[in-house]
Amino acid sequence: MRDKTAVIKTDAVLGIFLLFFIFFPGMIQAQHEQKVEISEKAKAQAEEEIFHAGDMITEHVTDSYQWEIIKIGKKHISIYLPVILYDRGEWHVFNSAKLYHGHDPYLGYSICEEGANLGKIVRKNENGEEVLPDLDVSVTKNVLALIISSALLIFIFISVAKSYKKRRGHAPKGLQSFMEPLILFVRDDIAIPSIGEKKYKRYLPFLLTIFFFILLNNLMGIIPFFPGGANLTGNLAITGVLALFTFVITTVSGNKNYWLHIINAPGVPWWLKFPVPLMPIVEILGMFTKPFVLMVRLFANILAGHIVILGFISLIFIFGAMNELLGYGVSIVSVGFTIFLDFLELLVAFIQAYVFTLLSALYFGMATEEAHH
Amino acid sequence: MSLINPGFGMIIWMTLAFLVVLYILAKYAWKPIMNSLKEREDSIEDALRLADRTRKEMEELKLDNEKLLREAKDERDAILREARKIKENIIEEAKEKANAEAANIVESAKQRIETEKNRAMTEIKNIIADYALEIAEKIMKEELKDKKRQSAYIQKLLDETSLN
Repeated sequence: MRDKTAVIKTDAVLGIFLLFFIFFPGMIQAQHEQKVEISEKAKAQAEEEIFHAGDMITEHVTDSYQWEIIKIGKKHISIYLPVILYDRGEWHVFNSAKLYHGHDPYLGYSICEEGANLGKIVRKNENGEEVLPDLDVSVTKNVLALIISSALLIFIFISVAKSYKKRRGHAPKGLQSFMEPLILFVRDDIAIPSIGEKKYKRYLPFLLTIFFFILLNNLMGIIPFFPGGANLTGNLAITGVLALFTFVITTVSGNKNYWLHIINAPGVPWWLKFPVPLMPIVEILGMFTKPFVLMVRLFANILAGHIVILGFISLIFIFGAMNELLGYGVSIVSVGFTIFLDFLELLVAFIQAYVFTLLSALYFGMATEEAHH
Repeated sequence: MSLINPGFGMIIWMTLAFLVVLYILAKYAWKPIMNSLKEREDSIEDALRLADRTRKEMEELKLDNEKLLREAKDERDAILREARKIKENIIEEAKEKANAEAANIVESAKQRIETEKNRAMTEIKNIIADYALEIAEKIMKEELKDKKRQSAYIQKLLDETSLN
């Protein structure tokens, strides 16, 4: 129990720190502009070179309207995904191929090449400024990856469920025997100890779903080619929605004891609650920072892993541009490091799925804990 | 697209997809899987408990068997002892009876011998008496002259000749 509270306390602190970070976007903005100025000079020089490591990495870890499968020489083989926009009271659905490779703006829409909306579909408004459409629900690379992994998840577990029905009361076999330890792990080592024997059943379907959703997408993110390679769990919207579900479930299932702890935490000196309600403020803030930290942790871990791996791969091309032999030399080291990092990522994929699920379970456990004083 | 500004469309897609996945998996995967796991765990638990109970029963049965065997042995021993005793009794009785019978037979044989002997004696006496009479008649015929003395003499002889 002490370990759990320690984890939660650290989370709260980290969360508050990150919230400040978000609440002062000016700070980030200022830093960003500074960076842009510095890179402006470098840009002129770099323009001559063919390879831009930063652009390549950004391209690989962010969303896109196309899914590049392979590039042979100058020829790109990509899946161009449908663009779905709702703008100025109208729906527009068209193929994203119309936006790529030097096409003129289609219906006034083009892909933004710089600034805050980099890579998103924008149109020019009356003043000539680039603005986002009212609603962009295009099937992007990440959306396609999401659909593929969801279908895969459903397929895997329905077939596992089928083999459970078929082999009733027998030992597991095949895919079933691979999944069973994981399912039992989520049930026996995450759900039951965190929530308790009595109430865990209500939350188990959600916990199992997020565990396998995160795990599968983490693993698919490591695979470098189609249908893997989309940076789904390193996307803030994905982790944000997962964390939002945890937040909603925690808040909805919070019992009297939970709310009492937030408003009037027992065992805390009175002067922390009155006249300045410091503790309640911290507790209420904590309600939001906990899922916020969930969101950021998963996002940052996966994104960082991808960036580091891509960075090592980029080194080969950076050195290769200087001297071909140097490029080959570096490639040995780079590939070695990349293999090591891939194994690390494999571990991280499991750890992050575990941590997200465990913390969600702990929050549910806290929300449903009965008073025991 | 920007790293920390992924766009609202992705949120909509993710919410939708996750709800669908959650619903389908909860209904068609987690529920049957959890039920099967529970069922299997229960059946294993039952089987273990049954095995435990059976083992205990077996032990009891073994104990019972041993007790039964011991009892049977005791009983057998008792029966054997009894039988031996009876046998001895019977032999003893038979001996006694045989002895008694033999004694009886001997007794009756003795009695018969006695009677036969007596009868033979009487016969012998009679024959002797006849012979004596005959002899006496001859003697008397021979020595009738001295009749008085002769008779007295015979009488005297007869008296002297005691039969046993």
